[in-house]
Amino acid sequence: MFEGLGDRLQGVFAKLRGKGKLSEKDIDAAMREIRLVLLEADVNFKVVKMFTDRIRTRASGEEVTKSVTPAQQVVKIVFDEMTDILGGSSKALNFAAHPPSVLMLVGLQGSGKTTAAAKLAVMLRRKGREPMLVAADVYRPAAVEQLQILGAQIDIPVAYFKHKSASKIVEKAVEEASRSGRDVVILDTAGRLHIDEEMMQELVDIKGSVSPCETLLVVDAMTGQDAVNVALAFREKLDFDGILITKMDGDARGGAALSMKTVTGKPIKLASVGEKMDDLEEFHPDRVASRILGMGDIVSLVEKAEQTITEERARKLEEKLRKHKFDFNDFLEQMQQIKQMGGLEKVMEMVPGMGSISRAQGMGMDERHLGRIEAIIQSMTPEERENAQILNASRRKRIARGSGTSTQDVNQLVKQFTQMQKMMKQLTGKGGMGMLKKLFPF
Amino acid sequence: MAGKRKKKRPPRRKKGERPPPPAKKLPTTQKKGEKAPEDEERTVEVGPGQEPEPVIVLDEPAVEAGEADAGEEDEKEEDDGRLSKGMFRSRKLLRRPFSRMATRRAIDPEFWNDAEEALIAADTGVECAVEIVERARGRILREGIRDIDGLKGAFRTEVAEMLRSFGDLPEPSDSKPRVLFIVGVNGVGKTTTAAKIGYLMKNRGEKVLFAAADTFRAAGIEQMEMWADRLGIPVVRHKTGGDPAAVVFDAVESAGARGIDVLLVDTAGRLHTKKNLMEELGKMWRVADRNVPGTPEAILVIDATTGQNGIIQARVFGEALDVGSIALTKMDGSARGGVVMAIGKEIGIPVAFIGMGEGMSDLRPFDPEEYAQALF
Ligand SMILES: Nc1nc2c(ncn2[C@@H]2O[C@H](COP(=O)(O)OP(=O)(O)OP(=O)(O)O)[C@@H](O)[C@H]2O)c(=O)[nH]1
Ligand SMILES: [Mg+2]
Repeated sequence: MFEGLGDRLQGVFAKLRGKGKLSEKDIDAAMREIRLVLLEADVNFKVVKMFTDRIRTRASGEEVTKSVTPAQQVVKIVFDEMTDILGGSSKALNFAAHPPSVLMLVGLQGSGKTTAAAKLAVMLRRKGREPMLVAADVYRPAAVEQLQILGAQIDIPVAYFKHKSASKIVEKAVEEASRSGRDVVILDTAGRLHIDEEMMQELVDIKGSVSPCETLLVVDAMTGQDAVNVALAFREKLDFDGILITKMDGDARGGAALSMKTVTGKPIKLASVGEKMDDLEEFHPDRVASRILGMGDIVSLVEKAEQTITEERARKLEEKLRKHKFDFNDFLEQMQQIKQMGGLEKVMEMVPGMGSISRAQGMGMDERHLGRIEAIIQSMTPEERENAQILNASRRKRIARGSGTSTQDVNQLVKQFTQMQKMMKQLTGKGGMGMLKKLFPF
Repeated sequence: MAGKRKKKRPPRRKKGERPPPPAKKLPTTQKKGEKAPEDEERTVEVGPGQEPEPVIVLDEPAVEAGEADAGEEDEKEEDDGRLSKGMFRSRKLLRRPFSRMATRRAIDPEFWNDAEEALIAADTGVECAVEIVERARGRILREGIRDIDGLKGAFRTEVAEMLRSFGDLPEPSDSKPRVLFIVGVNGVGKTTTAAKIGYLMKNRGEKVLFAAADTFRAAGIEQMEMWADRLGIPVVRHKTGGDPAAVVFDAVESAGARGIDVLLVDTAGRLHTKKNLMEELGKMWRVADRNVPGTPEAILVIDATTGQNGIIQARVFGEALDVGSIALTKMDGSARGGVVMAIGKEIGIPVAFIGMGEGMSDLRPFDPEEYAQALF
């Protein structure tokens, strides 16, 4: 998800680059383009207006400091606002003080509740809980069977009682959970239209009868402008606690996700990112914002890496990032870990600058390409790896020869690497400590 | 692929081809000095060039009705048609430019801006919204329209005209049996739409057969079977996890043996970004293509809530198999499904059906005029 959005915004920023001062006209032009980019990404038109207005005010106001270029300033402002729009820091699920904790999933038809319910169960089990699923969709043909089959696949019990009333089913299921010592109950409700009074009332009744500690609105990442109307209607009736975005593995630009928090005030808590049962993730607004803006997502990368490498190495990397000491050695180390980590494409997106390297070359970042980068870095002397600045023409030539690549390959890698370092600095520039914290909230 | 069929479709307007620009210097009631053009940061795309927007003063003070009244009156007026009823909410939102105007007594730049925003809010995308407003504006200036009904009419005309420009529905294949693939991303309403189309055709006296080719999703087959039962339509199925192309093959055989007129193939939901799954679809298509006398057909199901991603969906599905038309589902909600206009403009696929609910009879043929009316 969010594909292309980053590239397009980068395109807008690129036009501002090299300008010593931004005139009213520059800013206007940039805002018009940002407006278009966001609208094409399905960001709600009201949110777009608010977003561009805020950026405009900040960009032309006194906030512009002298220490950074105006373009950098705009990037920073957009990043701030984007993070804000997405909801700041990540928000955890609520659990009841006295088990069982009841979690309820609600949403439109076809938004992906049933699959999400199963994935959520798997996620919570991984965290040491003992979930139970409840099939409360008494309408759609084979909806109950679907959940039962999924439950069997992931080996999690599914409660279902033949009854016309969903709230009766749910009540009994919660009793059953208490009896059998299950500490989490996940309710899969029928999909419904937010304008269907009767069906909305059913949810209100369920909520009244089992008081869930967490009600999640399930929203399809491909939803357009109507997403906020849906969310507002559900909020009015149910006052849900958070949002779960599904189908994030598509190529939607994710405007619905970008609009939801702003319009409803409810945080996006979880995101479903793939077909597999463990493809449900916590949603981190700050990381997503930096990914959208093409700044990569080092934090997620480090976390992923932690699963494959020692904590100590991860800490070292984080330390280096913090001190702007990220060099070719680290780069190389990451490359090698990526190999072990698999899911190359996913990982690539998270490395600052890397997403655009692979896209710029009009090809996916394949293993062969990775091998070339590896070879180039391996042909550098320790000094060169630590300090890219000393890489003059003759050194580059030597490296190319040593690695069996061309000077262009070397040049390109060095260029991208320097850009990446700059991007990191930008984020940690004057008065940017807050930004740094946001990006690297360890 | 299946290039031979593409010929059947009427010529599409080339992408990027713009409509004739509205005539510029027409006698209108614009009074430049009276109302200064709005600040420049307003959407400038609307007007041709950057000339000041003409302000059209209405003939007479429009109805002294508040927004709410206008809405209610509308409900009474049009709630016999189900499309209008389903889209009532959306129309209320879209009608805002008109209701606002009632208090303003003039169409100023703000009005065009509102109209554009209203269309964007209906998911038509910026390009379509701009084009429709531009064309409606041209018509309004050209014809000197100065009353609300006329304004509405102008917008309706342009919306309907644009929809019609995407081409006629493809002729039904003369294959016997006809093989109709129902395809789309996850959860858009494929199975339900297959059932609804089956019901419609059965009522028309045709012999229908379902192929439960969603062998992937848990209970996908069971869902299709339950519908088949309910409708009294036979279904060919394999086991979950089986090869969907094999289901198609068997269903085609079976259809031949039973003298079936239409074989409806319910396929698994798939994101268009999954290459292997799109290839699987192509394979299913080829199996059908090789084994029936004529060519198969495919209907792409688009959920009315879908945003601009629908364009890419249509493009990629259209590459995997020959998508002849669209079924726009969930139009009983508040989403307006405007992305079908963006799809039509970019790719030229017309809309055949709209889904208005979860029941078997909640499917109707798509009518551009009706849709335009429901929008404005
Ligand atoms: N309100 C409304 N709901 C619909 C409409 N069409 C389908 N649905 C509902 O949308 C949900 C999903 O429909 P399905 O037919 O299962 O969708 P699908 O595309 O086959 O889903 P997958 O096979 O899982 O990809 C069900 O709850 C349907 O009842 C419609 O026109 N209006
Ligand atoms: Mg289905």
